[in-house]
Formats: sequence, structure tokens, C-alpha cells
Amino acid sequence: MSTEVANAGEVISPIFGRLTLDWIPYHEPILIGTFAGVALGGLAVLALMTYFRLWMPLWRDWVTSVDHKKIGIMYMVLGFIMMVRGFADALMMRAQQAMAAGGATGYLPPHHFDQVFTAHGVIMIFFVAMAFVTGIMNYVMPAQIGARDVAFPFLNNFSFWMTVAGALLVNISLFVGEFGRVGWLAFPPLSGAAYSTGPGMDYYLWSLQIAGVGTTLSGINLIATILKMRAPGMKLMDMSVFTWTTLCTNVLIVAAFPVLTASLALLTLDRYLGTHFFTNDFGGNAMMYINLIWIWGHPEVYILIIPCFGIFSEIVATFSGKPLFGYKAMVYATACIMVLSFVVWLHHFFTMGSGANVNTFFGITTMIISVPTGVKIFNWLFTMYKGQVRLEVPMLWTIGFLVTFTIGGMTGVLLAVPPVDFQLHNTLFLIAHFHNVIIGGVVFAVYAAVSYWWPKAFGFKLDDRLGKATFWFWFIGFWFAFMPLYALGLMGVTRRMNSYADAAWQPYFIVAAFGALLILCGILCTFANFGYSILNRKKLACGPDPWNGRTLEWAMQSPPAPYNFPQEIHVRGRDEFWRMKQEGFTWAESYAPIHMPKNTATGVLLAAFALAFGFAMVWYIWWLAGLAFLAMIAIGIGHTFNYNRDYFIPATTVAATEAKGATA
Amino acid sequence: MSAHTQHGSHGSMGTLMTGFALAALLTIVPFALVMGEVQISRIAMIGLIMGLAAVQILVHLVFFLHVNRSAEGGWTLAASIFSVIILVIVLAGSLWVMHNMNENMMPMPDMDHMMTLQSQQG
Repeated sequence: MSTEVANAGEVISPIFGRLTLDWIPYHEPILIGTFAGVALGGLAVLALMTYFRLWMPLWRDWVTSVDHKKIGIMYMVLGFIMMVRGFADALMMRAQQAMAAGGATGYLPPHHFDQVFTAHGVIMIFFVAMAFVTGIMNYVMPAQIGARDVAFPFLNNFSFWMTVAGALLVNISLFVGEFGRVGWLAFPPLSGAAYSTGPGMDYYLWSLQIAGVGTTLSGINLIATILKMRAPGMKLMDMSVFTWTTLCTNVLIVAAFPVLTASLALLTLDRYLGTHFFTNDFGGNAMMYINLIWIWGHPEVYILIIPCFGIFSEIVATFSGKPLFGYKAMVYATACIMVLSFVVWLHHFFTMGSGANVNTFFGITTMIISVPTGVKIFNWLFTMYKGQVRLEVPMLWTIGFLVTFTIGGMTGVLLAVPPVDFQLHNTLFLIAHFHNVIIGGVVFAVYAAVSYWWPKAFGFKLDDRLGKATFWFWFIGFWFAFMPLYALGLMGVTRRMNSYADAAWQPYFIVAAFGALLILCGILCTFANFGYSILNRKKLACGPDPWNGRTLEWAMQSPPAPYNFPQEIHVRGRDEFWRMKQEGFTWAESYAPIHMPKNTATGVLLAAFALAFGFAMVWYIWWLAGLAFLAMIAIGIGHTFNYNRDYFIPATTVAATEAKGATA
Repeated sequence: MSAHTQHGSHGSMGTLMTGFALAALLTIVPFALVMGEVQISRIAMIGLIMGLAAVQILVHLVFFLHVNRSAEGGWTLAASIFSVIILVIVLAGSLWVMHNMNENMMPMPDMDHMMTLQSQQG
């Protein structure tokens, strides 16, 4: 990557801003190789799409779609693609640290290594975990409440494409310029104008701001959906636990993401306009940024994990053949976690020096928040107790989660003790802890959810053997990759080290790298499984209710019709689909026309201009930024004059679709 | 859209005018305090202006945004209370955290002196 261009001597061209040929990293063999790979792969995809004439179907059925199911699937695709990128960064770091011991420098120079760990964190949280969680909520929640779509279908499409625009901006930084070298939360003063002079930090700011718009709007959308679009008769306490967790998570998104937006905006002002919110001089206070960013950051980790608790609740109940144990306790525990997640943020910076009183308060609140989480663990265990547990793939992930997450939770409580934290702050112990809960919690939940709801989305199951192989590679790989990091952390090894002098640490890093390779096998198995199952979809085909489910999404066809349910369902209580099955429910034969929202290209257009705007702001190309911004405003206002937004699916089409579904 | 009037969520002319009068009053009073150079202590002045601003927020919420127990089945009220709780946590928490940190910090003149020494040592 290009080294720093000094700020003072920098010439800003009126056309290209500060973008010059020096910023294209053609002298970096690793990046050239990556670029060649991406370009060739991309060309192959383009050629195949053209050959099979898939451009129009892609545009018509997916890109412009406002169907919550399609948008949900696109979020999952985005998540998996970005996971490959984020995991490649992880492998690079593991390889570097396995090599760079006792005077060796490894193969990544510091300025490149620093970009890799920054990109890894940013991508994994914002574009992998968030994309997965949002995708699953988008797909499953409206079906679970018996709705036909979300409350604001166009907004949903727009939110998705804004997230994609943010993800693209991060990836552009790989080949044009550089990424931030500041860690995933970009603490000033390092991330300020004085110490991060290149465009890397600006890529960080604009990609997160653009994606953040999508996340916040999607949060509002899903809350409105749950509050306004439940099937008639469904009271809040009749909702499935996954829907409850979706509600709580989106409330957290709406409450917390504005804090991120504001903190990043202030940092942007510092960098672009020379204000002094977070500088060391002129009354600025860098610690205020750390305080603010963690006020968002702690709720954020619960935004990720709460829906995962919902996923496991659904799976445990289904595969134990029992209603969930302690439904109400589960709901109240989720609500407690939601509120408590706002009063623990200081545990991320005990060492900053707020003193014993403050540290004690936040240490105790952190320990308290583990109580409702513990309640949930027992609820899942008691659901399995005396149930007829079927050890299918989703259940394997669930049990793997119970073991892994509990241990990760306990190391978290350990870190909540301020004196212990003073020893372990910023060590690899912390890294091991949060990967323990995020991989053990979020990643396992996403895999569980994909194997559980895949048959609903596509009408066939995933292959069992490859599914089990994926699980065991991930599960064992995780323990190999992160247990050595706990040990290293206790030895005082800090995070984000490019190289280290003590050769005695190297064996631990090599074991960790081996673990990462096992996880690589798990990821390869995932894609092999998708490919194999799609090729053998006839053999793996299944009905609409392959797992003997309990909630309304299993009442839809597999794959579901665009309108989800041919008729309104009148809900009488919890686990309504279970009751329907017991009563031998069938749809009435007479169908009415169904009112549906129309597809629109406005979302993707707005996001494309947002991407251009972000790129222009990064490179100081002011004319392009101005144009793109005006275009966004114009398109946004223009869209309000589009009155042609809905259509009716005729009753005959509904009848035909339902008849076809019945025979399949 | 007759449903709207049934909900009563858009208010009547009377409530809107009451809100307008209150909002105007709550704006004029602090302006008068400052521009009329009323002789009260600076702290009392700031407290008074901030207090009136807080009441102003409530007036807007109740009379213009129709936050009450009946609107939208109580959801607007619940959402507002939740927002206020979060805001109080964030603001009071940040002030508490940053105040304590300031107390524990080395006084700035000493710090400047140390930084000068450090830069002299290279």
C-alpha cells in the first residue's frame, strides 16, 4: 500500500481531488494477486451471467425487489461474501503472528498489518454479523407474525442497498488507496487529522456512515412491522421468542445507532473542518470519543446476540418437540438485557482512569447483565430436558453454542472485575473472550439458522453429512484458534502485534493458526454444502414443514409464495401453527385478491449515488460529492411522486399457486 | 382517513393553539431574561433558561406530537419514556464518567510542562 502522502505538500486537483496514481497499490504483490483473483472471478461471473441471460431476472426479481424474503436472502449473500473477505484478513493475521517471532518480521509490514486488523474488525461486525442478523430477521420475523411483508417494503430495499454501498466502499479501499490503521473503533487522537493523514480513515468513516443509514432505517422498519402488522388476534405475548428478540434488537438499533452516527460525524468534522472535539489541544477530549463510541458499542454486541438467542429458542423448542420452557422468563430476560445493555459501557475502558467508584458501578452492572443471560441458558436446558431431542444439524449448532457461549460468558464476567481487567485489558485474553461469545454465539446461531430455515426458503434441505462436517470443523477449529489466545493473554501478550521478541509465544500462535485453518475447512464445507445441495435439490426436496415446526412461518409453502399466506390467519395463542396442525388445518378453497407492494429501482439508485458521494468525500473530489448529494435529494423527492406503488395478485393466481404448492 | 380523528392523534384547533401560546411564552421569557439584562446570578439565569427549555420540550411533545396514553395504544408514550431513560443514562453517565476522569487527571499546566520536557529530550 502507498505510504503516507504528506498533508502539507499535497496537491488537490479540481477533478480528481487527492486521488493520484500513487494511491493505486501496483507495487504490492499481495494486493496485485488479490486484485487479479477478484477481477478474474468477477469476469467469470459476468460472463456466465451474460451467457445464461441472467441480468434481467437479477434486476427484476432481486435487485429491485421489495419482498422481505428476497431482501433477507440478499443480506445473507452479502454476509457470506464479506465473511470470506473478513476471514481472509483473519488468516493473514494468524499467519503473520505465527511467523513473526524472536526478531523475524513476518511477511506483512506494519502499515499493511494494521490495515488488515482494522478491516477484519470492521467487516466482521458491520458487514458480516450485522448483515446475517438483519437478513435472518428480515426473512423470518414477518412470516412468524403472519404478515405479507414488512411495514415499509421500499425502505427495506433501500436499507439493504445502503448496507451494500458501505460494504463496497470498504472493499474499494483495498485497491484504491488504503484502509484505516486504527483498530475497528478508530480511537482518536490516532484516527484524527494529525495522525491519520491518508484516505484510509476517511474510507472507514464514510462506509460506516452510509451503512449506518441502512441499519437505522431497517431498525425502524422492523419495529413498525412487529407493532403494526401482526396477524389478527396475535397479542404481544403470543409472539414467538424470535420475534420478541427481533423487537428488542431493533429497539436497541434505533436507540444506539444515532450515537455512533453522531460520534463519527464529530470525528469527521475534526478531520475535514479542523474542529477540536477529540483532539488533544484547544479543549478537545479524545476520551469523550471513547466514552461515546462505547455507549453505542456495548448495545451493539447485544444487537448482534439477542436475535441469536431467539434463533436458538426456536430451534430448541422444535427439535425437543416441546413448547419452550419459561416463555415469559425468556421475554422478560430479553427485555432486561435490552435495558441493562445501556448501563455497562464503561467496562470497555476501566483502565482509562475514571476511578474506583465509577469502575465499581460498571463492574457490578456487567455482572448483573449476565444473570438474565444465565436464565436463558437454563431455559434452553430445561426445554431439552425430557424432550425428544433430535440431533439434527441445527441442534448440533445449538448444543455447541450452549457449551461455547457459556464459557465465553464466564471469561466475560472475569473481565468485568476491574482489578482483573487492569491485568488483561487489551491483551489477547480479551480477543479470545469476545471471539468466544461472537463465534460461539452469533456465528453458530447464523449457521443454525441457515440450516434450519434453508428448507423454508428453497424447498429442499441442506446435505446432512456436509452440514455436520461444517459444524465439527468450526467447533474444533474455534477451540484450537482461541484457547491459545487465552493463555497468551494471561502471559500479558497484547493485541494487534505485528511481531514479538519472545520466541516462547510462537508455539501458541502456531496452534492458533492451525485452528484458523480448521475453520477455513469449515467455511469451505459450507460452500461445498450449498453447491452440493443445490445440485441434488430433487433428492433433498422436502415439504413445507420438514422439522415439525411450531411457528407460523412453517404454514407457508416452501419456497413461500410472494404473498406468504393465501389467507389471513387468526391467531389464538402461542405456537399457533402447532395448534393448527393438531386441528388438521387446511386453507379455505376460496381466495381473495391480495394487495402487494410493487418493485422499485429507487433504493439501488439512491445507494449508488451514496456510494459515489462517499468515494468523492474520501478523495476530496468536491464536485462529484456535490453532484451525488444533489442526485440523492432529487431521486428521494422524485420517488414521493411515484403513486404507482402497489398491485393486486388476482384470486385465480393465488388459487393456482396454492394448488401447485399442495402437489409439490 | 376518518380513522385519524377517531384516534384523536392529530389534536384539535384548541389544543394546537394552547400549545402555540405556551411555546411562544416559553420562548419569549428566556429571551426577555437575557435581553432585558435582568439582575440575577449567572447560575440562576442558566438554570432558569435550561428549565424553561425542558418545559418547552414537554409542551412540544404533548401538544404538537400528541404524546399521551391513548395515542397509538400507548406506544408513543412508551417510546418517549424509553427514549428519555436512554438519554438520561447517556448524558448523566457521560458527565459522571468524564467528570471523574477529569478529577483524576494531572492538572493541565503540569502536563504541558512534562510534554515540553519530553520534547526537549527528543
